[in-house]
This record gives sequence, C-alpha cells and structure tokens, in this order.
Amino acid sequence: MAEKMALAKAINESLRRALEADPKVLIMGEDVGKLGGVFRVTDGLQKDFGESRVIDTPLAESGIVGTAIGLALRGYRPVVEIQFDGFVFPAYDQIVTQLAKMHARSLGKVKLPVVVRIPYGGGIGAVEHHSESPEALFAHVAGLKIVSPSNASDAYWMMQQAIQSDDPVIFFEPKRRYWDKGEVSTEAIPGPLHKAQVTREGTDLTLAAYGPVVKLCHEVAEAAAEEGKSLEVLDLRSVSPLDFDSIQASVEKTRRLVVVHEAPVFFGSGAEIAARITERCFYHLEAPVLRVGGYHAPYPPARLEEEYLPGLDRVLDAVDRSLAY
Amino acid sequence: MTVESTAARKPRRSAGGKAGTKRTTRNTAQDTDPELVQLLTPEGERVKNAEYDQYVAGITPEELRGLYRDMVLTRRFDAEATSLQRQGELGLWASLLGQEAAQIGSGRATREDDYVFPTYREHGVAWCRGVDPTNLLGMFRGVNNGGWDPNSNNFQLYTIVIGSQTLHATGYAMGVAKDGADSAVIAYFGDGASSQGDVAESFTFSAVYNAPVVFFCQNNQWAISEPTEKQTRVPLYQRARGYGFPGVRVDGNDVLACLAVTKWALERARSGEGPTLVEAYTYRMGAHTTSDDPTRYRHDDERAAWEAKDPILRLRRYLEAANHADEGFFAELEAESEALGRRVREAVRAMPDPDRFAIFENVYADGHALVDEERAQFAAYQASFADVEGV
Repeated sequence: MAEKMALAKAINESLRRALEADPKVLIMGEDVGKLGGVFRVTDGLQKDFGESRVIDTPLAESGIVGTAIGLALRGYRPVVEIQFDGFVFPAYDQIVTQLAKMHARSLGKVKLPVVVRIPYGGGIGAVEHHSESPEALFAHVAGLKIVSPSNASDAYWMMQQAIQSDDPVIFFEPKRRYWDKGEVSTEAIPGPLHKAQVTREGTDLTLAAYGPVVKLCHEVAEAAAEEGKSLEVLDLRSVSPLDFDSIQASVEKTRRLVVVHEAPVFFGSGAEIAARITERCFYHLEAPVLRVGGYHAPYPPARLEEEYLPGLDRVLDAVDRSLAY
Repeated sequence: MTVESTAARKPRRSAGGKAGTKRTTRNTAQDTDPELVQLLTPEGERVKNAEYDQYVAGITPEELRGLYRDMVLTRRFDAEATSLQRQGELGLWASLLGQEAAQIGSGRATREDDYVFPTYREHGVAWCRGVDPTNLLGMFRGVNNGGWDPNSNNFQLYTIVIGSQTLHATGYAMGVAKDGADSAVIAYFGDGASSQGDVAESFTFSAVYNAPVVFFCQNNQWAISEPTEKQTRVPLYQRARGYGFPGVRVDGNDVLACLAVTKWALERARSGEGPTLVEAYTYRMGAHTTSDDPTRYRHDDERAAWEAKDPILRLRRYLEAANHADEGFFAELEAESEALGRRVREAVRAMPDPDRFAIFENVYADGHALVDEERAQFAAYQASFADVEGV
C-alpha cells in the first residue's frame, strides 16, 4: 500500500509498526509521550501503546542514553529521542564510551540495539544549539552506525532497519524536511540500510549528499540542466558506513565529484569522501573533489543561516569550478 | 551503638524525613557515630541493632567462616595481582585492599538472579558472583577490554569511565520492573563518582521510575588524591533524601553490617519499594592503582588508624571469641590462599596475547564495510611480511 505522507509522519508510522511488531521496542525521550515530541514525530504513540512503551523521561540526555543501554542489556530495543542536535552532547559520553564500545568490550557477548534519533540541521530559523550537524563527531567513533534519510520513504524504511539492527544506530532526521511529503509504500522491499542510491542520473558530474541537502542537490541539477549540464545526484543515506563503492561507480562515470553537506567542511564527512575517492579514482578524476558545507564557525543566528548553509548558488559555483578544470 | 539510637534514627532515613543536623558540612564517621550501622566492632564484638539484626539473624557459623574465607582469598588474590604488576606481568592493577568487607558483605547479599554493575575495583564482588578471578586480569594485562561474559554470572564488565554504569544499572532495573521479575540490581561506585552527573541522573531516573536498584557507594575516602571533602559538603548517604529514597551509612569494614544492610536494600527493591543508596564507609588501604603514589597526598597515621579497623581481623576476633573457627580452619585457609596465589600467577603468565586480527573482531554486531576493508588491508600487509620471510 502506497500513501503520500510527510517525512515526520513516515517516521511516526514506522515507529508505530515497530512497536506493534515487537513488544521489546520502547520509545524514550523528553516530551515524546503526551506532547508527541516537539516535532510531533511520536504523536499518538503513547496514547495507543501506553506509558510503559512510550516513556516520557526526565530532562537528562546522558540519563536517557545510559538507561537505554541498561534496557538493551535487559533485552529491550529502545529508540530514544534527543530533542535537538545541540543537546546531544550531555549524552555524548554515554554514546561514545559506552554505547559504541560495549559489544567489542564484551567480545561480542553483549549487543546494544539502541537507536538514537536526533532531529538535526538548520533552515528553520531556530535559536542556537537547534540547527547543528554533528554527524562527523559520531562517524569518527567505531561501533556506531550513522544514517540520515532525505525523504519520507527512506525515513520509514530506514527506521525499520535501524530498529532491527543489533548495532547502535544514530539516526539523524533532517528537521527542515519533516513537513516534506513523499510517497511511502509500506510493503515495498527496501534496499540495504547502508546502500547509497542514485536519485538522478547524469553524466557530467556527481553531486553526493545526504539528509536535508539531497533536495537541494536535485534543485541544483535542475538548474544546471537548463544550462545543458547533466548532473548525477547520489543520496548517500548512510554516513557510517559510507557506501564508497556506489560513489566510485558514479565518479568513474562522471569523473567529477562535489560533496554537499550542512556540517562544517573542515574534518567533515566530505573530507573523508574526498580522500578515499581520490585514492580509488585518481586516474578517473578530471578535477579535485570539491566540498560545499558549513564554515568553521559556530552555527550563526537565524538571520544569517542562509549565508552559512549550502544554497543553490554556492553548489552551482562548485559545479562550475569542477567543470572548469 | 545502642538499639535506641538506631530506632530514633529510622524516620530520618525515609523520604521527606526530618533532616539530620549533626553534620552538614563534614563528612566524617567515627566508630561511635550513631549514623553508622555497625554489627561488629573493630574489636570483633557483636553489637545489637534493632533494625538490621534480622537480616543476619539466621546466619550459621559455617556461613560466617565462609565470609571470612571470601575476604581472605580476595585479599590474597589482590595481593598477588599487585605483585604481578610489580613484576611487569600486568600493566596496571586497582587494589581493593581494605574494602573486602564492603564487597564480600554486599556481594553475598545478592541473589543469583540479581544483576551487578561494577566499577573496576569490585574484585570481591566478582568473587561472590562466581567470576573466575583470573578472568579479571585480562584487561589489566592488556589482552582484552573485558574478559568474561556478563550474562554468565549477571556481573557486568568493569567500567572505567566514572559513574557511567549507574545509569546502565538503572536502565536494567527499569527493564526488570517491566518484565515483572522480582530480581534486583546493584550498582557499585565510589565517593569520587558521586560528583558525576551520571550518578545524579541515575538517582533521578531510578526514583522517578521506582526502579529496583541499590546504589552501593564505597566511600573509601579518596578519589585518587582528592579526599571526600572535595566531592561533597554533606555525608553522601544523605544525598538520597533529596531524590526521594532512603540512604544509609554502613560500616564498610564490617562484613556482617554490609551483608545485613545490602540484604535489606535488595529486599526493598524486590518488593517494589524502589531504590536505596548504601554508603559503605571504608578506606582504600593501598594506592588508587599501581600508578598512584598516595604518599604525596595522605599521612601514614591516617592509614594506621584504619588498619585498626581491618575488616578481616575483626571477623577473625569474633570467630575466635565465639568458638566458631579453630586453628585447623585458619591453617587450611592459609594453604588455600597460597594455592590461589599460585594459580593466579600461573594463569597470568600463561595468558596468550590475543590474535592480531582481534582488533577487527566484534566492532559491530552486523558488520561494517570500513572494518572489512581495513581488516583486508591489514591482512595484506601482514601477508607481505610472510612473503619476504618465505623467500
């Protein structure tokens, strides 16, 4: 059955399905119950599944993740919500030193199937700590898997797959796309969680992106097409692991790569992609891999975020620079 | 301590009870401290306690000898590990010397289906849970980061980051309650950890969800070089009141009192009354770890004062005075201790280095492309040496 729904609703439906399918699945977080989350992603779930399955927690991020670890040790599969990207740092210790490492430390005896949902990224005019993209900080840590859907269908299915994963998954939700609608089939068999997808075919250059800027890359490709340029858009979907095979295949075809993300460019996921693709595709590349993203500055106040975020013109400029080599 | 003083204290330990005024800015406890639950004096005399005697009322001489044996063997194991570190066989060791009563008393209070979340010094608790002591040494030798299956003995791996495990214990206890099980959970931590946010958050969560968890704080007076006074301005057990559950201070060098108080707290948890904070007032006789030098920050006379309260000596005095143990018992135990030391020494020296490919094992449960790629690169690199050797 296919239905058009907003990305936030797709996650809601996915969580509902997981709660129905497995009594061990729990939803935890601040305001996730009665309120349904500040973005209403968990709307109605507590009403239908009760307070012991959809748990309103004290206002304590380390506590949310730390107790989720304990619940996972007891056999539960907690899906926890961190209300906003910039609030994850009190829980960063639990995520990095405990959640990521307990499987290895126990020589595989302990599994921690915990999903940490983080609404992330800018573009909604919020105050500070509500617009950040900290995915690279997590991707650097072995033991964690990092994903970010860009559309409603992926949001639905990737959440199913994240909950079913025996590894901890940091699930970055592109909050400025929460209200974007897309076709969701609840029966179609999805591809693997960590596989990138070509969402627009092209021959002149590859735009690689994930999360909120995939839509932007499609707009860039449209604009470039009007100038006679054929851009391929690759939705990476997963930041860790990164699907280098798909990036390589696309780059071997187009010979040019521009990576777009909202996070600061410096030490960001684009840097990793550029380095590895340079190693893999050195003789195929017609231009250096270019990156478009945030600056090495705190996320700016809302009136300046249009300057900070990668926009149509900045990405087109990078496309032109690449094609000029 | 008198029966009357204990009875008078009871209401003040309950949530919302009247605050104690005796000490609000110091964190000291003397043997005569009416706040301190004690069943055996340092001289080995049994003192009555109206509240807690019932939890050890049926204890047999054999069980008492068992507690003594546990403490002696744990101390012997600890001493052997310290020696092995000095001999270069272990990279580091965190000694429990002086804390045997707190660990054996509380450890023996747990039931098989209870679950223990230790820090990294709970060698005595591990002993009580049936974890082979040689398994504790792998991480200190550097051959693994754990070394035992946490679910075999319901004894979690050691946790190095201070206080993290109190939240895991709380979450686990929330799960126990959800499952409708009547087991309980116990989380160990130290006086230094009491300053950590995670410990405060675990108090909040456990109280809010009425989780069946016992917080067992071994206040051994020192967090490396920082005294308890640098962690708190009120006695630690009093913190519980602010979270809405009881806190009690027990003589951490009195194995019988630790057993009784922990049994009481675990039974509270099992019967749905929620969390309890137990502060075992004790002393770390040795260094924080073998890397530490306590002569830089504490005086010999402090150690000497605590030596007089030795947990093993006081139980021996009691056993002898009550005619619960004869010379044969002590001699046999001495031989058993030596045998344990020998076994540990041999096991450590025989411990093989891990396979080099262990680096890439168990990083993920479901696998990860980057790990696979790097394992293959590593294998190719290793194989390149083999080729050279083979020429």
